Amino acid sequence: MSALDATGEELSVREALRTALREELAQDGDVFLMGQDEEDGGSFEVTAGLYEEFGRDRVRDTPISETAQVGSGVGAAATGLRPVVNVSYSDFIAICFEPLMNQAAKMQYMFAGATTMPLTVRAIEGAGFNAAAQHSGTVHTLVSHLPGLKAVAPATPRGSKGLMKACVRSDDPVVFFEHKNIYEQTGPVPEDEDFTIPIGEAAVLREGADVTVVATQQLVAEALSVAEERTDVDVEVIDPQSLSPLDTATIAESVEKTGRLIVADESPLSYGFHAEVVTRVVENEFYSLDVPVQRVGVPDTPVPFSPPLEDEILPTAEEIDLAVDRIV
Amino acid sequence: MATLDMTAPSDRRQALRRMLLIREFERAVRDNFADGEIPGFVHLYLGQEAVAVGACAALTDDDYVTSTHRGHGHCLAKGMDERRLMAELYGRSEGYCRGKGGSMHAADLDEGMLGAQPIVGAGVPLATGAGLTAQLHDRDWVGLSFFGDGAVAEGQVHESINLAATWDLPAIYVIENNLYSEGMTFEKQHNVDDLADSAAAYGIPGVVVDGMDVEAVYEAVTEARERAARGDGPTLIEAKTYRYRGHYEGDPEPYRTQAEVDEWRENRDAIDTFAARLREEDIIDEGDREEMEAAVKADIEAAIEYARDAPFPDPEEAYDDVFVEPNPDVEYFRERRDGAGSTGGAGR
Ligand SMILES: Cc1ncc(C[n+]2csc(CCOP(=O)(O)OP(=O)(O)O)c2C)c(N)n1
Repeated sequence: MSALDATGEELSVREALRTALREELAQDGDVFLMGQDEEDGGSFEVTAGLYEEFGRDRVRDTPISETAQVGSGVGAAATGLRPVVNVSYSDFIAICFEPLMNQAAKMQYMFAGATTMPLTVRAIEGAGFNAAAQHSGTVHTLVSHLPGLKAVAPATPRGSKGLMKACVRSDDPVVFFEHKNIYEQTGPVPEDEDFTIPIGEAAVLREGADVTVVATQQLVAEALSVAEERTDVDVEVIDPQSLSPLDTATIAESVEKTGRLIVADESPLSYGFHAEVVTRVVENEFYSLDVPVQRVGVPDTPVPFSPPLEDEILPTAEEIDLAVDRIV
Repeated sequence: MATLDMTAPSDRRQALRRMLLIREFERAVRDNFADGEIPGFVHLYLGQEAVAVGACAALTDDDYVTSTHRGHGHCLAKGMDERRLMAELYGRSEGYCRGKGGSMHAADLDEGMLGAQPIVGAGVPLATGAGLTAQLHDRDWVGLSFFGDGAVAEGQVHESINLAATWDLPAIYVIENNLYSEGMTFEKQHNVDDLADSAAAYGIPGVVVDGMDVEAVYEAVTEARERAARGDGPTLIEAKTYRYRGHYEGDPEPYRTQAEVDEWRENRDAIDTFAARLREEDIIDEGDREEMEAAVKADIEAAIEYARDAPFPDPEEAYDDVFVEPNPDVEYFRERRDGAGSTGGAGR
């Protein structure tokens, strides 16, 4: 089934994530959740009710200690459990980079496959809340850059459920990025308890002939609104869903058709996700490109607090629209 | 704000006034945040006033403090101006960080406020660093870090205190144990009764004080400061206190009872206790507290007016101060976005 003809019950992203976690907790006794205030539903209420349902062995509060949370998650994953660790705001990942970068990412490799690393780390990204520089970051490029870690950042309820389930079932370590501004977005989600979306598979959310927009997280909805409003160009919108590994084929195929590429992602623009997508296209589809590519993102500043400042640097539909103008 | 001499009646009155100012500031923030005037999220210091005021009264203007996500009280106690602090919370260009920081990043290096630090535990190494500068530059300031009971579980807190202890740095670590970290109780996060016990592991003094008693905090910090100034190294102080509001404004607080909050407010309130003491000592009379309250209320109202009237920053300022010099990369992306760096009709 393609993402375009998705059916199922209408759920919000928050509900889709909760459903995925509930189903995985129910299906596999090795799965457990840990994080700060996780018993009370965790940050943004994603896990609300799961503690009541599954009890303290499976849904656990930790002290405020991200290094220990991720590090003990690594140890537990290497010895037989399937931890889902919530580090809350993705900015806090800075504190636990050692177990993430040096242990989770490298253990399977260093030990020549003697262990697996079925660890899922949940992190909440993104701006739009006037939460200032240390609670608004988009850090998925940092994680995607590390060999041995997978990174996913779905934009729809369907993608959220399917990928969360895939991550929990994966024997590899994955960082699951949730955007704080899309928890309320709703959409159809398959009810099948074994529905998963393979890590590394993009979703074509709107087909179009003229311009390919690869958009992530909250920019997916923005890209779709631009696509609906532009009557002069036919815009194709792709949600990569997984950042690493990246579904190069789906993107390349689209650009082969449209000849034009815009990458819209809330990361700082330098050396990031945008660059990787563009490079893959240039490597594979250079002669399909009719015009230079366009990047939409944050112009290499931290995220400021005051509303007019945050609005200034935060990419929006308007900027995607301008990018379309520049290449048609 | 200058050091207070807590034996002098006028300075004792001053300490009371500072606590009242913080309380009134926070009440105003509570109301105006609820009205949607203040963006982002805020964490109020109501209830904990004695810790900030007691500690900062023992410090000099040159001493540095680091704060937390619950930082307004620390900022005001350290001498920051309520108008510019309010303007920062409102996201205005007259604010201390010109609207870039907001409640969670308010800072004023001139007053020795090294910044609110909403990354839990992150202020602690910074205070250690301020102590290191003092030692290497032979300055007589100390670095004092305020942090919560929750922060004590973070690795960087231990590393930083240990470093200061091994190097005898002029640093003071003040744990504000308000019994909760977000919705988690103290007992759930720690396996000890007194967090100050961990001082033994660093080989430094650990002191437990009543954080609802401004003078007890003052005395502990005064002693710690003297020790630091002598070159004898840091002190760990645990101030037992309580926050009256939820973790953040809007917190439904399922983790505690109203009765518990009322018990602290009615029987252990730091301002009531201290005011009563000053009355017993005839330092203030019947009407003095009301007068002081009216005065700080007027100050806070003026601060709100100031914040409301202050302009928002020019959106272009979003690109300033990423580095000392304008950053060519930032300029590059900005210009492209504005269209100046467009494809210029290339292609086809
Ligand atoms: C590194 C990090 N982890 C988690 C958080 C989320 N958080 C913000 S405040 C807070 C509770 C802090 O508790 P405590 O240190 O006791 O301070 P209090 O709120 O009681 O003043 C938490 C968990 C954070 N800001 N930073």
